[in-house]
Amino acid sequence: MSDGDLLLELHGVHTHIGVYHILHGVDLRVPRGQLTMLLGRNGAGKTTTLRTIMGLWQASRGHITFNGQNITRLTTPRIADLGIAYVPENMGIFADLTVKENMVLAARGARTAAQIDTQRLEWIFKLFPAVEKFWNHPAGKLSGGQKQMLAVSRAIVEPRELLIVDEPSKGLAPAIINNMIEAFQQLKASGVTILLVEQNINFAKRLGDTVAVMGDGRVEHAGSMAELAADEALQQRLLGLSL
Amino acid sequence: MKSLDYDVKPLLLVPVLALVALPLIGSGSTWLTLTVAGLAMGMIIFIIASGLTLVFGLMDVLNFGHGVFIALGAFVATSVLGGMGDWTGSGDIWRNLVAVLPAMLVAMAVAGAVGLAFERFIVRPVYGDHLKQILITMGGMIIGEELIKAIWGPQQIPLPLPAGMRGSWLIGEAAIEKYRVVAVIVGVIVFTALAWTLARTKLGLLIRAGVQDREMVESLGYRIRRLFVGVFVVGSALAGLGGVMWGLYQQSVVPQMGAQVNILIFIVIIIGGLGSTTGALIGALLVGLMANYTGFLAPKVALFSNIALMVAVLLWRPQGVYSVANR
Repeated sequence: MSDGDLLLELHGVHTHIGVYHILHGVDLRVPRGQLTMLLGRNGAGKTTTLRTIMGLWQASRGHITFNGQNITRLTTPRIADLGIAYVPENMGIFADLTVKENMVLAARGARTAAQIDTQRLEWIFKLFPAVEKFWNHPAGKLSGGQKQMLAVSRAIVEPRELLIVDEPSKGLAPAIINNMIEAFQQLKASGVTILLVEQNINFAKRLGDTVAVMGDGRVEHAGSMAELAADEALQQRLLGLSL
Repeated sequence: MKSLDYDVKPLLLVPVLALVALPLIGSGSTWLTLTVAGLAMGMIIFIIASGLTLVFGLMDVLNFGHGVFIALGAFVATSVLGGMGDWTGSGDIWRNLVAVLPAMLVAMAVAGAVGLAFERFIVRPVYGDHLKQILITMGGMIIGEELIKAIWGPQQIPLPLPAGMRGSWLIGEAAIEKYRVVAVIVGVIVFTALAWTLARTKLGLLIRAGVQDREMVESLGYRIRRLFVGVFVVGSALAGLGGVMWGLYQQSVVPQMGAQVNILIFIVIIIGGLGSTTGALIGALLVGLMANYTGFLAPKVALFSNIALMVAVLLWRPQGVYSVANR
């Protein structure tokens, strides 16, 4: 893969949180227009990698480039400005605000709901009907699945080049997971590059184009999702299970 | 799912407290006088506390130096009003308001400007460290008090009410002091403006969201530090306004007045739920009413009563009457 096809690249990234050394030289390549799955056991460093990309934790060594620009030392708002949307593991929903207010806040160019791009909003409502249904309800009162839909909707309410989502299927019912998979397939088809952290292997298998598997704070394997899905011995070695 | 999930129970605390006090006080006219006095005191405390609760909610900053802006506002008012004797001495309330209004605006401007410097040089170096915040902001308040003494002198300075705001209106047998009504009106105006800004504007949305989850607000692309500086300055300016109101309420000012009010405002924001403006209003009104009722019924337990009130509220709701979600 040529560098020109890469949207995001991490090279030798180390991250310390207090006295703890969490990432030990992460090398990760996210190809443009594809959905990259970041897999790994609990504590492998997946969430820390995403937070380091977003600037929420600073890399102590190594560098991160986005669209060819070094973003390692940029602040979180500046990184978001470049076109990266982030959905954290806890979804980051503003519980005291309504669904509408959450969306207005995410649409940085809009002062009111009426100023949100109507076509884009219609598209989001088709992807996630619950967002329209509970438009004026407090977000804190939504179910777990509805909150996840709101979190992703918020991330895509404005066009972004890269969507980073941390464990979107966590704690969701199977029917909701299928709904999320369809939504991510549509998002991918729209040309958005996606980086997903997942523990749900079926979810990963159905969505991923490329995959990186983390262990002990570094990427232990990178390649195509199809290759990993076909190689049971590799799955067993990297993840301790078969897909 | 209910369409309206607003928690109304805390809103009932204020009328419940007032109704419980009525049979204890016995006389309806005395009760009305004390209730208006309590509401006026509560509104002034709310004006002072509203900025502090947002500062804590947004950036987790414990500012024990908030009191210095109260004192500063009050002392600035003595200078402004002192130079407008013709206007404050007039019995015409409109001429009095023309004098008080610029005193309030100048006090807010000075307190806001000092707040900007306070944030930059005292608070910013200690983000994320509560112990250092407490120590350095208390140190900042001591320095502020000493500067006030250097400028205005260490002695108590009278801050008499303008002539038209002195005295009382009689409603039946109840005497309602005019200034207390003015204080309630100013408090209602400040609360309405704050509530409107927080509920109806994008800036307000950002502040409410930032209080709940500042990392997520930053991840959406907003510079929350700038927002925080703005809130800190507005909070300082409101404390300056509260200082003018408190000084006129007490009719005198001393450099230590900020430290004296500090304890009350911390009780208020803890009762209200750290970060909640509506909670701060309820806390302030409860504290104001409780102070006046117990001051009449059992003066020796007046200060203790507010601590007891805080304990009772925290036993009911450990995060305050309106706990801010996600915190």
